[in-house]
Amino acid sequence: MTSRDNRRLDLILAASLFALVALPWYRIRSGFFGLEWVPDFFSSEKLWPGLLQALNGKWQLLPILVLVAAAVGLRVMRKPGTRGAAMIAIGVSGLAWMLAEGLAIGLRGWNWGLLEALFGDVSGQPAFGAGALMVVTGFALMIAFGAAERGALKGDAFVLGAITLLILLVAVFVFYPLVSMFSGAFQEFDGSFTTEGVRRNIVDPKIWSLGCLAGGNCGVAWRTFFLAICTATGTTLLGLVFALVATRTGFRFKKSLRLLTVLPIITPPFVIGLALTMLLGRSGTLTNVIEVATGWELGRWLYGLTGIWIAQMLSFTPIAFLVLIGVVEGISPSMEEASQTLRSDRWRTFRKVTLPLLAPGLANAFLIGFIESMADFGNPLVLGGSGGVLSTEIFFAVVGAQNDPARAAILAMVLLFFTLSAFLAQRFWLTGRNFATVTGKGDGGRHISLPKRVAWPATTIAVAWAAFTITVYAMIVFGGFVKVWGLDHSLTFEHYIRAFGIGWDEGIRWTGVAWDSFWTTMEIALLAAPLTAAVGLLTAWLIVRQNFPGRSVFEFALMMSFAIPGTVIGISYIMAFNLPPLQMTGTAVILIACFVFRNMPVGVRGGVAAMSQLDGSLDEASLSLGAGSGRTMRKVILPLLRPAILAALVYSFVRAITSISAVIFLVSAKYNMATAYIVGLVENGEYGIAIAYSSVLILVMITVIGGFQLLVGDRRIRRREERVSPGSPINKEANA
Amino acid sequence: MTQPRGAVEFRNVRKSFGEFTAIHDLSLDIAPGQLVTLLGPSGCGKTTTLRMLAGLESPSEGRILIGGDDVTRLPADRRDVSMVFQSYALFPHMNVGQNVAYGLEAGGLRPKEARKRAEDALDLVGLSGLGGRLPAELSGGQQQRVAVARALVLEPQVLLLDEPLSNLDARLRRKVRTDIRELQQRLGFTAVYVTHDQEEALAVSDTIVVMKDGVIAQIGSPRELYEAPASEFIADFIGEANVVDARVLDVDGDVARVELGGVAFPLPSRGVAPGPARLSLRSNALKVKADGEGIPGTVASSAYLGDHVEYEIDGPFGRIFVIDDESDTLLPSGTEVALEVRSRGIALIPEAA
Repeated sequence: MTSRDNRRLDLILAASLFALVALPWYRIRSGFFGLEWVPDFFSSEKLWPGLLQALNGKWQLLPILVLVAAAVGLRVMRKPGTRGAAMIAIGVSGLAWMLAEGLAIGLRGWNWGLLEALFGDVSGQPAFGAGALMVVTGFALMIAFGAAERGALKGDAFVLGAITLLILLVAVFVFYPLVSMFSGAFQEFDGSFTTEGVRRNIVDPKIWSLGCLAGGNCGVAWRTFFLAICTATGTTLLGLVFALVATRTGFRFKKSLRLLTVLPIITPPFVIGLALTMLLGRSGTLTNVIEVATGWELGRWLYGLTGIWIAQMLSFTPIAFLVLIGVVEGISPSMEEASQTLRSDRWRTFRKVTLPLLAPGLANAFLIGFIESMADFGNPLVLGGSGGVLSTEIFFAVVGAQNDPARAAILAMVLLFFTLSAFLAQRFWLTGRNFATVTGKGDGGRHISLPKRVAWPATTIAVAWAAFTITVYAMIVFGGFVKVWGLDHSLTFEHYIRAFGIGWDEGIRWTGVAWDSFWTTMEIALLAAPLTAAVGLLTAWLIVRQNFPGRSVFEFALMMSFAIPGTVIGISYIMAFNLPPLQMTGTAVILIACFVFRNMPVGVRGGVAAMSQLDGSLDEASLSLGAGSGRTMRKVILPLLRPAILAALVYSFVRAITSISAVIFLVSAKYNMATAYIVGLVENGEYGIAIAYSSVLILVMITVIGGFQLLVGDRRIRRREERVSPGSPINKEANA
Repeated sequence: MTQPRGAVEFRNVRKSFGEFTAIHDLSLDIAPGQLVTLLGPSGCGKTTTLRMLAGLESPSEGRILIGGDDVTRLPADRRDVSMVFQSYALFPHMNVGQNVAYGLEAGGLRPKEARKRAEDALDLVGLSGLGGRLPAELSGGQQQRVAVARALVLEPQVLLLDEPLSNLDARLRRKVRTDIRELQQRLGFTAVYVTHDQEEALAVSDTIVVMKDGVIAQIGSPRELYEAPASEFIADFIGEANVVDARVLDVDGDVARVELGGVAFPLPSRGVAPGPARLSLRSNALKVKADGEGIPGTVASSAYLGDHVEYEIDGPFGRIFVIDDESDTLLPSGTEVALEVRSRGIALIPEAA
């Protein structure tokens, strides 16, 4: 016991000391991993490690040196078991001090005037660099190992370390940005406190006006809310229709219906909007046909809430379908059978039994549709025209001529308020109201078919909508090969060549305009995917298998971060990571961090579901056979979780490629992402290339998903998945 | 104080889960080389006790010692015990050999050596040559033996078994419990065995610890528990005794004269004072006779079960359950019978009623 306690402590102490004497304390502009800084390490004062910086006038680092020294002293003087509390104290004070000094002293000295008045001038400091970050990690692990030596969580240092680091990461990448955004609303450009921006925006009629009730224009908040209600209602009804057709009719193409649901997942969000423009826009195909046939002038009706609504219906109906099909299938057939034996015909059964049982599922689908619509950025950006929604208004508040961060922050908070309310409603109001439970008992019987008067309209609607969806996707494929949409419909490869041309001049030259952003996107998506999966599954494991205080709060906070719209994340990341102590804007790191923490909740949810199916005694067996938590994770849990790992990898990869809302704030000239680039093309009216690029992205995603499938492979357990559940029929010892 | 390898000691252990206290102040000594059963109805705390010994739960208070070392704060992976799980918990993605070698490799043994030792362990439980199979390809009984081999191969000080037979069918259960007992006596390791089946406990144990509501109700050898239950709970739980009202007429040293339904007979007094008393009456303690001397009773129901006959009989002390394994004539309901007190299966319960 003793030796292990000491060994891991030695490791982090050595790392902390190394960081203090041999790594640059502050951030290096040219990047740490480029290693261009190494030759100048001694000559350039900016690159000095923490120890030298402290001796060179950065007195704020002295307490850190003292604390690390104290930790080393503790390690040498005291035995394990007697130093736990002191270790925790050192770790906590270390973190607290670094937080305080990092936030208090900025690039040009004190960040707050009050401190300057109290303590006089201080020289400024850049953002934390490699050395500082390693020491932060060291302090965090000191807390974990100290707690382990005190016997917390059965003394499991791995678990405690994982929990501590996760909490630290979530605090930095989820909560710190939100707090920064909030405080950003109360700051002038020079950082001083003001309520002027908030006061101006909070009563702004452009946000809050209810004029449309009297025939005028409504504020953007109400418009967005109204749109979200419409989209949620529409997608829920359509999703229900699809779910009923797929499970309770003799409809012949049920399998293909399910296939359609995959499409929107791999479609960048604005592509639907783009295709709609080509179909129904001013010079759209359908528009032309109608105008020629009737002679009406259709004009720009698509641009505005109507167009956004249609695009969102196309994008989010499959999600509602996925939610509802689970509910529809989950209703025990015996309920309906019971109703039928009680003298009710199919129509009465459907009205009195099936629909009421579906109600909680419908509410759930509605809330999800509401959140998705609120958070949608791509479609409103393409189709919004002059009347935007909250997410696009936030964007234009920062990038446009307004450049009013306070306004962006206020709008973001309004948006956040709407989505979080929906999330909380979903979480608290719907919990425990789900009737569609899977009991595990074999439930004989089949779902009854829909009554005729429902089946016919439902099938008709489903087929019509599916046809519309297929048309829209056909536009996407076709549009890439047409010269100028709406004017010159001759076929051409021109767009593909301009986007993805490859020249030959002493080796391959990537001449296409898309290559640059394409490779960046691939690189970042491929880096983010495994990280997301790892963090998500580790979190899931902690939540399911470890019983630590504050676990439910931790889980709740993580799940809540899923309800934060991408636009809000984007704006909050800019406000948080543009200045010391953590400065990351314009780097690849901020993109990766954004993807990891934005997509992690889905990995967590999948991991939790998969892990709850694994018998807990498998972990315990491994532990009692002498394997530590780390080994148990590696040898037992991970191999059994392969399907969940695959799902998390695929999801985070796809999301990293398709997402636009947060990304558009975070891209830079050096790290431009495909979606942001395509949106740029659309804004310039270069639809051809934009569409060509989007189709290539969809193809690449399909290919890479297949690749992941091969790479991860299946878990090799023949015949049965897990344990013999108690009470299951026992194999006779026939082959003994 | 140093204790020999394999000794287990619980000192004033308490375990709470939030508001609920699963174990109240448990103290227990287990001698090396013994097979000790923790027996009790579900929710009595027996599995919690076992899991605390394994290191899968930590006690809220008190200390646990294994082989004289305090292991209270030691995590499961560093305790010299290993466990056979109720569900077996065989790793479904590893074959049988890898499962058995798993703990050895975790302990730093080289894979080659570990594999050899695993094969030896499989030989020991009679599964030679099945190392290449996946757990799913074995029958329930074979899986159970793999679980035992996987735990035993580590040569732990204490082997823990959590209801190891509950997933087996009745016939197999009898064979496997004999095998486990035989293995334990041959290799001489300490074993702690959790079960809720009193017959299983009687069959395999050196010592049985009966638990109820988080406290120890009685500790003793199977014979002591059966023949001299300390409480009505034990009398009922071990062997489903009839507990009836009787009267102690007088006590002379260790011998009490007991009156039941008008018949007097001597019994060990067990500290019971003269006056009303409670009596544990095994189903074979009374002989059912169609006529003659004895306690009068009426047959309420009867059933023929091949090698014996079961009766429910209404006597002066209420309805009792009696087995007659001597005669094969079935007396119909309503028959007036006489019950003769035998010299076995009957004991005074010392607990105040």
